[in-house]
Amino acid sequence: MMYAILCYHEEDVVCSWTQEQDDAVMAKIAVVQERLTKAGKMGASLRLLPTTAATTLRKTQEAPLVIDGPFAETKEQLLGFYLVDAADLDDVLAIVKDLSEVNPGATYEIRPVRAFFPDERVGQKTGT
Amino acid sequence: MTTPALNDPDWINGTLTAARPQAVAALLRYFRDLDTAEEAFQEACLRALRTWPMNGPPRDPAAWLILVGRNAALDGVRKRAKHDPLPPDDQLSDLDDAEAPLAERLDNSHYRDDVLRLLFICCHPELPATQQIALALRIVSGLTVKEIARAFLVSEAAMEQRITRAKARIARADVPFEAPGPVERAERLGTVAAMVYLVFNEGYSAGGEPSRAGLCDDAIRLGRLLLRLFPTEPEIMGLLALMLLQHARAAARFDPDGRAILLDRQDRTRWDRERIAEGLALIDKAMRHRRPGAYQIQAAVAGLHSRAATPEETDWVQIDALYAALEFLQPSPVVTLNRAVAVSKVKGAEAALAMIDPLAPRLSSYFHFFGARGAFLLELGRHQEARVAFDRAIALANTPAEAEHIRAQIDLIQSRA
Repeated sequence: MMYAILCYHEEDVVCSWTQEQDDAVMAKIAVVQERLTKAGKMGASLRLLPTTAATTLRKTQEAPLVIDGPFAETKEQLLGFYLVDAADLDDVLAIVKDLSEVNPGATYEIRPVRAFFPDERVGQKTGT
Repeated sequence: MTTPALNDPDWINGTLTAARPQAVAALLRYFRDLDTAEEAFQEACLRALRTWPMNGPPRDPAAWLILVGRNAALDGVRKRAKHDPLPPDDQLSDLDDAEAPLAERLDNSHYRDDVLRLLFICCHPELPATQQIALALRIVSGLTVKEIARAFLVSEAAMEQRITRAKARIARADVPFEAPGPVERAERLGTVAAMVYLVFNEGYSAGGEPSRAGLCDDAIRLGRLLLRLFPTEPEIMGLLALMLLQHARAAARFDPDGRAILLDRQDRTRWDRERIAEGLALIDKAMRHRRPGAYQIQAAVAGLHSRAATPEETDWVQIDALYAALEFLQPSPVVTLNRAVAVSKVKGAEAALAMIDPLAPRLSSYFHFFGARGAFLLELGRHQEARVAFDRAIALANTPAEAEHIRAQIDLIQSRA
């Protein structure tokens, strides 16, 4: 079964990490990801830019409203997510436990995936 | 309940740093005195470092720090008046449950005004820019006096004095504590943005020296803070974008010996793609507002450079147009000089030279003027005149790297002679 693991964290805190601290956390996450990849469980994973770079479109009226920033102002922000292929909830919880140990302060929401449309452009990177 | 990861000193320090602007700002509202607010926050941090590893971190660290800091400062007053002390430290985390919701409600509604007031105070118009920067780095960013002194290449005692003077001047200036009105807010926002960009430039011009280069990160953090306070302000998006795009080149700007590498010789694969992506995203957002400003235009120029995989792919026509817009918005001989560089690529050195000639009286002691003039003349084969300009540039060079860059061009003339 496929699960999306949504990673929430306080952006203020993450943005106050030094480059070294950030690199250290990312390196530890990479180790966990590597293990999951070898076990054939790892799907896509991505980290989002800060919410200050976000834009929201609301279609509550004709000519939809485009506003700066994320949809909801909350204490914690969605900063990234993973897609994993796990046997059951226990299996995915074990994965999330590993992830949480290397990323202090983060909260994870585990969402079973209803439909998945894989991208066929394998290996392509997002351009800037 | 204690989780091992949350006792991580890095996590605690990160949390304290992140909470600092809000907490100091709220404490300033209570005590209306910078020193008291700072000391109260310092005391709260010490208690956090002692109690969080034992009791686990509070649900809302900022509210905890504000409450504990306020109580500690009040306790100091009481002690002097021989009253009851605070409960022992190990009970302090419990305060969180009882009083934090109230403190949180109080402070979330005040958050924006609190932090703004703090930034405005640091950028008080009566303070010279050097004091504004020092104060903001100390109070808002939480750098130690020693760190700031090192970053500005002055002694610790001198920096201490600079900060003390700034605080004394603010105390005398009778700063209003009520929330600023919309007009004042807009006016002061410009001052704060300028201060943040000055901090950035201090780091950017430091030549890759680590103790000073950290100022770029501090400035970017302040820029993010500012954008969270003004999430729909295009110029603040532009400011943050500009800093991110310039800082993205950090790893490519200097050779292993610390010598500057010019933009067209940098290894572009070493540019930081994450910072570039964020900078470009912010420019896109800012443009939608159709309210151009100096930071947005400069960010757009930096954005065009970062979009070019090689120097030859640079869109100089667009850069020329952007500098023309900047000349209109914020006329200055330095902007015209920058535009002339773009013009030299689009229309040739002759046109560029004609453009900068009238600037000579105003830029007679500006290194880059003579550097650019020499380069245009060299391109036109006017070696004698180029040599004169380069000699003048060397005399005006601000860093050994600048002088060296000019010397390399003089060598070029000699090899062609």
